[in-house]
Amino acid sequence: MSFILTAVLVLGLTALVLGLVLYAVSVKFKVQEDPRVGQITELLPGANCGGCGFPGCAAFAEACVKQDSMDGLRCSVCTSEVMQQIAAITGHAVQVGVEKVAVVRCSGSCANRPSTGVYDGAPSCAAAALMNGGATGCFYGCLGCGDCVSACMFDAIKMDPQTGLPVVDQEKCTSCGKCVKACPRNIIELRNRNKMDRRVYVSCVNKDKGPVAKKACAVACIGCGKCVKACAFEAITLQDNLAYIDFEKCRLCRKCVDECPQQSILAVNFPPKKVVAPAPEKTVEQQKAE
Amino acid sequence: MNTFKIGGVHPEPNKLTADRKIETLALPKQAVFPLSQHIGAPAVPCVKKGDAVLVGTKIAEPGGFMSASIHSSVSGKVAKIDNVVDASGLRKPAIFIDVEGDEWEPAIDRTDTLMLQNNKSREEIIECIKNAGVVGMGGACFPTHVKLCPPKDCTIDTLIINAVECEPFLTADHRLMLEHPDEIIVGIKIILKVLGIDRAVIGIEANKPDAIALFQSKTTMVSGIEIMPLRMKYPQGGEKQLIEAVTGRQVPPPPALPANVGCVVQNIGTVFAVYEAVMKNKPLIERIVTVTGKEVKNPCNLKVRMGTPVSQLIEYAGGMPENTGKLISGGPMMGRPLLDDTAPVVKGTSGILMIPEEQAARLEERNCIRCAKCVQACPMGLEPYLLATASAAQDWECAEENWIMSCIECGCCQSTCPSRRPLLDWVRLAKNRVGGIIRARNAKN
Repeated sequence: MSFILTAVLVLGLTALVLGLVLYAVSVKFKVQEDPRVGQITELLPGANCGGCGFPGCAAFAEACVKQDSMDGLRCSVCTSEVMQQIAAITGHAVQVGVEKVAVVRCSGSCANRPSTGVYDGAPSCAAAALMNGGATGCFYGCLGCGDCVSACMFDAIKMDPQTGLPVVDQEKCTSCGKCVKACPRNIIELRNRNKMDRRVYVSCVNKDKGPVAKKACAVACIGCGKCVKACAFEAITLQDNLAYIDFEKCRLCRKCVDECPQQSILAVNFPPKKVVAPAPEKTVEQQKAE
Repeated sequence: MNTFKIGGVHPEPNKLTADRKIETLALPKQAVFPLSQHIGAPAVPCVKKGDAVLVGTKIAEPGGFMSASIHSSVSGKVAKIDNVVDASGLRKPAIFIDVEGDEWEPAIDRTDTLMLQNNKSREEIIECIKNAGVVGMGGACFPTHVKLCPPKDCTIDTLIINAVECEPFLTADHRLMLEHPDEIIVGIKIILKVLGIDRAVIGIEANKPDAIALFQSKTTMVSGIEIMPLRMKYPQGGEKQLIEAVTGRQVPPPPALPANVGCVVQNIGTVFAVYEAVMKNKPLIERIVTVTGKEVKNPCNLKVRMGTPVSQLIEYAGGMPENTGKLISGGPMMGRPLLDDTAPVVKGTSGILMIPEEQAARLEERNCIRCAKCVQACPMGLEPYLLATASAAQDWECAEENWIMSCIECGCCQSTCPSRRPLLDWVRLAKNRVGGIIRARNAKN
């Protein structure tokens, strides 16, 4: 029995000594962390997407506590309520930002943009852009290898197998901007989320002259400038044969959409236009009554 | 026989056109001259729309120190300066010239007489080469006048002439050697004079016994020029591989140059261009292009004016076979696929290759099985599987640490991979990115 007793005593004493050492170390080298950093980190999504410009959620939380104001600090993933809660913890007024959403500015689907070759290299848009101009006649449009899809950490962007173009899930999109950086053709843009998520934008980035662009893609912007004339709010500019709608100035009147001969301006999330039905012919009884 | 030590593969040689004499192709209707046909800054056009030009008229000036001028290979009028899709698959600005007649600049000596006497000084020769827009004809298109002025702290002792032509299918250099040996020897002497040395070694792969025998007989009376037959192995025509095969010296990783180990390497085509530039006052306006492919009716070696559309070459060779799946500018290992046959012949176009559909399609990619065949094949001693993985994960730091900038893009790794992974595509992507990062870093410091 004595050897059991010896073992228990030796182990017990060792545990006691080590425990005391650990306690002493934890008291001596205690790191004083602002408890607010932990609180804010818990509120943040924890995806470490980097959309705020900091290397991760913890670094963003630390910046929130350290800085004197919330200027320039905004987690694009959080809702305004969460930002308000963060502001309440830090005690600074929150900057109210306009919520944004990623928009894919290319409509060059397989039907609209005939292919001129086959790209069978490494499945990456960046590699495809480097090897050659892609497998279509358009040197500006979507390459369709899905670099934006693999960049998205919120599962908000998917390739549509029908069109070969990426589709943004506007519910899931947090406007972190990862896809914008991933796209070698700079097709994706962060645009304001308007009321009811309504948007009007030029779904093309082709800077070629009209005939060249038209040959490459049926819905390419040809830089005709009709939309510029149609816009009453000076929201549309034409540069390098390409129209661009400034989302800050656009009032969503949709005049440009009707004017565009190429259908390259898209209006999304609008209710279907009411078709003005011809007045029903009056029945014989009605005519008699009159 | 010597060869380089690390890596390398043995692709099927397929030199279908080795015994076809060089034929001259007719003038095109319109010639197109992309402004970046060389490594370095694009050339700057010095003609405008409507200008009349002669054969040999300079149409673009060098755009910087590392750049080369471009000359018209036809006479006629400048139609426009616009974008063209060249062999890189990207759109680049180019000068379009409508051909009218065939009027040459009077200063150019068009006769075939061999000129032996060279009274020009070193500086005059370099100026001549620079004015003629001569670039490396092996494919990389490095401006020759820059290569002939090695950094001051390097002592050059050997000029190596690259007559290896290790790329399968291509025979342009081989034919040039057989048909113009005397001009090439004069060209070598000119370059030796510029470098101020007296030893040149011509490296020829053993699959060209006729060229080896011809040059051995021609150089018995010439001191300083040595012929070195080399054991066949791809990519022996790579500058660093050739230096190792010929001298046994290894070039350190970039930014070190071949000059750091006392060598200057020039392609045999470049030597011929130097001869024509210095002795005949003829700028670089023509080159030999091999038009080939297993199914091609009449594979041939053609002397082509720069700017001729590829379609005209294909037509001469009997048209494109119906089952062509891929059209390549260059050889099968390092060539670039063409989007269509309208691309013009440029200074670096060594061949036009048509590959049948069943051989052109890439097979489905599988997972890496860690067999390390790519590591064994890499002539630079790199680990392609690792570089490709780092590139796919966008880990540019890892790629840089593993010497991605040493990659010569020879394609040995991709050709040996049993899982058919697109290793070279990934490596090229990472090389491009890391190169950008390094340039940005250097610009900051």
